[in-house]
Amino acid sequence: MGHMIKVNVNGKEHSGGVEARTLLVDYLREDLGLTGTHVGCDTSSCGSCTIHIDGKAVKSCTMLAVQADGCNVTTVEGLATNGNLHPMQEGFKEEHGLQCGFCTPGMMMTAIDFLKTNPKPSEDEIRHALEGNFCRCTGYHNIVKSIQYAANKMQTSV
Amino acid sequence: MTKYIGKSIKRVEDKRFITGQGRYTDDIKINGMTHGYFVRSPYAHAKVKSVNIDAASKMPGVIKIFVGSDIPETIAGVPCGWQVDFKNGDTMKEPPHPLLVRNKVRHVGDGVAFVIAETRAQAKDAAENVDVDYEILDAVTCPKKATEAGAAQVHADAPGNLCFDWELGSPKDEVAAALASAAHVCELDFSNQRVVPNAIEPRSAIGHYDSAYDKYTLYTSTQNPHLIRLLMCAFVLGIPEHKVRVVGPDVGGGFGSKIFHYAEEALVTWSSKEINRPIKWTAERSESFLTDAHGRDHVSNAKMGFDADGKIVALQAYTYANLGAYLSTFAPAVPTYLHGTLMQGLYTTPKVNVDVKAAFTHTCAVDAYRGAGRPEATYLLERLLDLAALEMNVDPAELRFKNFIPPFDGVEQEGYQTQVALQYDSGNYAPVLERALEMVGYDKFREEQAAQSNGKLLGIGFSTYIEACGIAPSAVVGALGARAGLFEVAQVRVQPTGKVSVFTGSHSHGQGHETTFAQIVADKMGIPIDDVEIIHGDSDSVAFGMGTYGSRSLAVGGSAIVNSIDKVLEKGAKIAAHLLEASADDLEYAEGKWTVKGTDKSVAFGDVSLTAYVPHNYPEGMEPGLDFNAFYDPANFTYPFGAHVAIVEIDKETGEVKLKRFIAVDDVGNVINPMIVDGQIHGGLAQGIGQALHEGTVYDDTGQLINGSYMDYCMPRADDFPSFEIDRTVTPCPHNPLGVKGAGEAGTIGSTPAVVNAVIDALWKGGFKVKDVPMPMTPERVWTAMNN
Amino acid sequence: MIPSSFEYKRANSVSEAVEMIDADAQILSGGHSLIPALKLRLNNPGTLIDISKIDALKEISDNEKSITIGAGATHASIASSSVLEKHAPMMVQAAREIGDIQVRNVGTIGGSIAHADPAADWPAVLLASNATVVIQNKDGNREVDIDQFFKGFYETALNEGEIITAIRIPKTAANKNSVYVKFKQPASRFAIVGCAVALDKDGGNVADVRIGLTGVSESAYRASSVEKALSGNTLDDGLIESAVADVTEGNAVMSDHYASEKYRKHLAGVYVKRALRKLL
Repeated sequence: MGHMIKVNVNGKEHSGGVEARTLLVDYLREDLGLTGTHVGCDTSSCGSCTIHIDGKAVKSCTMLAVQADGCNVTTVEGLATNGNLHPMQEGFKEEHGLQCGFCTPGMMMTAIDFLKTNPKPSEDEIRHALEGNFCRCTGYHNIVKSIQYAANKMQTSV
Repeated sequence: MTKYIGKSIKRVEDKRFITGQGRYTDDIKINGMTHGYFVRSPYAHAKVKSVNIDAASKMPGVIKIFVGSDIPETIAGVPCGWQVDFKNGDTMKEPPHPLLVRNKVRHVGDGVAFVIAETRAQAKDAAENVDVDYEILDAVTCPKKATEAGAAQVHADAPGNLCFDWELGSPKDEVAAALASAAHVCELDFSNQRVVPNAIEPRSAIGHYDSAYDKYTLYTSTQNPHLIRLLMCAFVLGIPEHKVRVVGPDVGGGFGSKIFHYAEEALVTWSSKEINRPIKWTAERSESFLTDAHGRDHVSNAKMGFDADGKIVALQAYTYANLGAYLSTFAPAVPTYLHGTLMQGLYTTPKVNVDVKAAFTHTCAVDAYRGAGRPEATYLLERLLDLAALEMNVDPAELRFKNFIPPFDGVEQEGYQTQVALQYDSGNYAPVLERALEMVGYDKFREEQAAQSNGKLLGIGFSTYIEACGIAPSAVVGALGARAGLFEVAQVRVQPTGKVSVFTGSHSHGQGHETTFAQIVADKMGIPIDDVEIIHGDSDSVAFGMGTYGSRSLAVGGSAIVNSIDKVLEKGAKIAAHLLEASADDLEYAEGKWTVKGTDKSVAFGDVSLTAYVPHNYPEGMEPGLDFNAFYDPANFTYPFGAHVAIVEIDKETGEVKLKRFIAVDDVGNVINPMIVDGQIHGGLAQGIGQALHEGTVYDDTGQLINGSYMDYCMPRADDFPSFEIDRTVTPCPHNPLGVKGAGEAGTIGSTPAVVNAVIDALWKGGFKVKDVPMPMTPERVWTAMNN
Repeated sequence: MIPSSFEYKRANSVSEAVEMIDADAQILSGGHSLIPALKLRLNNPGTLIDISKIDALKEISDNEKSITIGAGATHASIASSSVLEKHAPMMVQAAREIGDIQVRNVGTIGGSIAHADPAADWPAVLLASNATVVIQNKDGNREVDIDQFFKGFYETALNEGEIITAIRIPKTAANKNSVYVKFKQPASRFAIVGCAVALDKDGGNVADVRIGLTGVSESAYRASSVEKALSGNTLDDGLIESAVADVTEGNAVMSDHYASEKYRKHLAGVYVKRALRKLL
């Protein structure tokens, strides 16, 4: 079908055919069964579909699967290593940064990329960094704390 | 005894969500599954002259296309679950709400055809090629205009677009007399605008008919699977309830919008038998904007009278409530019994009258959205109080202290009977406002405000609210028009090894029931929390349930669990007595074992449970097993209350409002998990503040939703808020076993007027004495208020 | 959420891309203007030609008299460019105001200006910077002054078969002393008013000034009346106040449910003043 692509997702090589119009998020969810990445809108606004491409946060609803050919993709399913939660995952659990959990994978993926460029952010900087991610449950209060938790943890573990 | 209750236990459900293993409806795949896509009306009001599916039917992958005339006459429309009659006793107007329209569309998004194909893309491609010929008609979107002469008519059998009119409280002439003799009357015309719930997970449903068992399964993003099953089986499809399983798996937020039974659920269920394959439909966000039931949308006029001492003497409220084009499940209850009954607030107001007209318009249906009726009532009252304080030049906090109902605990002192039907359970109102003022640093703030001179205007706004939740005593709501009971069901199944499976009719979609309920069970049974599992959301495993809304899960569902546990322990004691060769009366139960009082003779819970399932040495005549359920029907609503304070800063040049601080002191009764309760408050605040400053639908005169996407409808973001400053007082509920009141809606109910009041205060202090700035208080609206 | 079907071709060089173009083809760069439109089926091209893998288009290079920004440079790479920070700080400020982290990681400057959304940030900044747009077609390269590039509502000087390859920002004294300020539409976070000012002073007097405004009219424009009022005069609060009087002169001001014509016009004045005050 359509175009053959080869993508490394969470450390595992996948290859297969996709239609040109297939969005990356649909490829991940439907073809690879990685349903941790969610779709919350159709205007590239909500950020629920955020993943990493070659280490950078990207909205997977705004990229074609064919464009990911040859790329390294990380999804929420790839965050924990050897059963150990990523500090960001730990932060969301410890600080009650999630309620329904739908926006959570995208939130965490954005926040992880953000901390790479700003490892010691202020509260305002964290809030600004989340402008591409909507949450309707938490009022963002505990999401900010979760990211602060992860930032501290990642600082001390360096 | 309380190893878990009252502690911020981390949530057990988090692990699956943070690792991407949550299972939402759209994540589910079934062998042979097809995909559905709706052809929806682009017009608010039009005759459907023809629907041509010829070209679309021939497109790749298309399996079947249903149009309105394909739905058999035996299938009814979507029902309404609450009946509110006219003042004169006439039955409310309840026009049919078909699964797919045949002749006429009544709002943008009304379903015209349902296309089923092998893939979602193919279904969408084909839907684009369904050719519908419309004759466009005039539309009406405002509930007040809808009732005026000459307005476009939504339904032929609802003249003047009136669904019902309704009134509650003191006789109008008595209220009028009290207002006439008042020293000051504060009057306000305003609207409580329509907002879109916007759960981040779009609605989704999978219908699966299994011919081998002649059984249907519906997976759906719902807050109450059993209620959906009841409504869909008994009122829509006419299929036997025992042949339908409804599953509400992980659900990505609801906020009310996923309470209701929607046409899409019935259609995928029915169609899956017609084509003998499973069908999945998931809304696109644009579709959610057009079809998820919206919230609020009241147009009101209100007058509040005060005597010379500042005591409230009367309140008269008139409201036009927008119901949208069709009656959604609980729609009639929202502007009436969830709204009018709260019009006394926390105050001793002796005369209160509420008059409501509920109107149909050519818009998406309006139903319960977080708070449902109570935010509208609170908004009306609290706006009037702060405005009156400005007009009378008195302190808004003082004005409230003067009018609060004195404390009553519902045990020693009776509950408080209001003028608008309710009897509050317990309350102690002054301390929440005192605490909030302390947190604000009120005196210092007023000094700062007076000194402000940097091109910004500082303002402070108050809101002291009460709500009725823990919905609800079945007999009471039945008398008020509910067509269902509102009890809750729990089953506590002790496994032979002493592990406990709890089945609850409450549904968790973010509230953390799997943790909070487990805390209760573990403490009440004296066992480790890891030995407890909470199961919910599946009508085949949970006996029955009424679901989650109206801040009812803990007060009603939690109470059902407690009652089931009592039954388990009562029987367990008898088994223990048998094993200990003692009388059950001589035993006490603590920390997971029964002990003969005053001795060290004891038997552990696990030994008793094993005995119940291996009843070799067992009380004569007793049934084996240790598995009990309870149906809990509350004695009253519960009445949380609180004080919210907002501090805002207005940019005089642009009219931009910055929310600088938000203080909330809430009293939700006893608290099982403070972390989760705080989270509920935070989320509620964000939605209430969102309504004040950011959110609101914009319909044009033709009935088009102008801002039906996230590019146009302002969803609040992280940088729209400061960190919230919250605290609480505890006034236990006197009538349920946990003493809890409910925390899900409090934040939303209290916060909106606090923010608006703060903006009005800032404007007055800056010399702009306006009564109202319509919500959402966008920069242009605030700027206009300063530049008129 | 699902685009209509189209062909997809990946180009390994701009020349290859130019050869691939036909009347029914569109260029896919970062895709952050194009893909949202495809998903809503507001745009249904027959073919997409993907130029996002052409590394040469992503470079930001420091030349003697100008800085050349490859059309495929992402907003994020511009936001973190030290050379732009030094020579045209408004570029960096604008890049940081675009979309969100995820959008900035993928969206490109070339894609944005080719799309020419009337509320996008880049047009204002590029107008203020006196940029040159470098365009390639089958016959070779041509260059267009930024003042001739934006032609109207989603309209540019790009002809069929042409691809933007680079934007050149001159290293002027004015660009070195430049600023971008923005009033956001709160939902989309596009500009209701975006104002870029590049200003050079000779002593206290304005020697050279260019002001770009976006979001206000159907196309970004230069606030010529303000530039004229400022030129040669001493920059102070009084001058700023009087200079912005006719900030929308000659341009039809847009109106929508969020900001009326009257309010937008007012905001344009406020934001030009705010930008100028930052350069006092």
